[in-house]
Amino acid sequence: MSGFDFLTTRLETALGWGRKFSLFHYPFITACCGMEYMSAACAHFDIDRFGAGLTRFSPRQADLLLVVGTVPHKLAPVLRTVYDQMLEPKWVIAFGACAVSGGIYRNYAVVQGIDRIVPVDVYIPGCPPRPETVLDGLMKLQDKIQNQEQDWRWARKP
Amino acid sequence: MGPETLIDAIRTKLGPAVEGVADSFGDPVLILRSDSVLASMAALREAPFEYAVLLDLTCVDFAAPEGRFELVYHLFSLSRNVRLRLKASVAAADPAVESLTGLWKNAEWLEREVFDMFGVRFEGHPYLRRILTYEGFEGHPLRKTYPWRLAQPRIPLKDGE
Repeated sequence: MSGFDFLTTRLETALGWGRKFSLFHYPFITACCGMEYMSAACAHFDIDRFGAGLTRFSPRQADLLLVVGTVPHKLAPVLRTVYDQMLEPKWVIAFGACAVSGGIYRNYAVVQGIDRIVPVDVYIPGCPPRPETVLDGLMKLQDKIQNQEQDWRWARKP
Repeated sequence: MGPETLIDAIRTKLGPAVEGVADSFGDPVLILRSDSVLASMAALREAPFEYAVLLDLTCVDFAAPEGRFELVYHLFSLSRNVRLRLKASVAAADPAVESLTGLWKNAEWLEREVFDMFGVRFEGHPYLRRILTYEGFEGHPLRKTYPWRLAQPRIPLKDGE
């Protein structure tokens, strides 16, 4: 390794690189999109290749909230609570047509898109989305994380 | 017991409680008077009919001034392997019918669902409370008079309707 003993980078870049490849996701699965989530998460398509393979079943240990499926008004406070329990920095993916916009359910019962409840970073369309679409959405989120202004707790706050 | 003799036997047993008979793809349908639902069901549950299972209980809103709500009961006989559908119309104003919870335990949740969605009261139900919608929900969403897009959010929503 002579001649390559050191590396220079920016702290922002290093933080973004670390964060985008170590996403711990919390699957908030309510409907049939869960099947596509499973195939995306398991060995066939394998989101572990992108560093998002570690599923946490506690929102307190997760930094990526995957909202997979229909969210009716009855469930809305639950989703809000789960989001509030997650620690910063955190990101949200709306997975599938129902989570994005309510999908085919234009009625009294279903929330017309989870962005009415929590802020959403990436929308993955499809009913249900194919796993390739999910991986594309994940890579879009990674780009976003890499290029965003990194929030780190010892940074001087304005 | 063939279909014709079965209908005759039921009519003899129930008397004026049966208002009419129909046929639906080979299965018999009985139209009952709404004030004699409980007594009719109790008789059909015993021998010789032995409709031991309440398969389903639901309701239809016809949005008509006369006979607006129609309750639909599906019975099944385990010993004879046949089904029977029964219907009963109830009035639009304060719709109510006798509860079947004394005959079948599963009627409790089915009746709660009909109460939740259509607002039909079941007299004698031990715990008539909403089952699908949440506390604080106003109105009955499957009634034709309910605005079908009228959401009732539990928490404040961003650009909500």
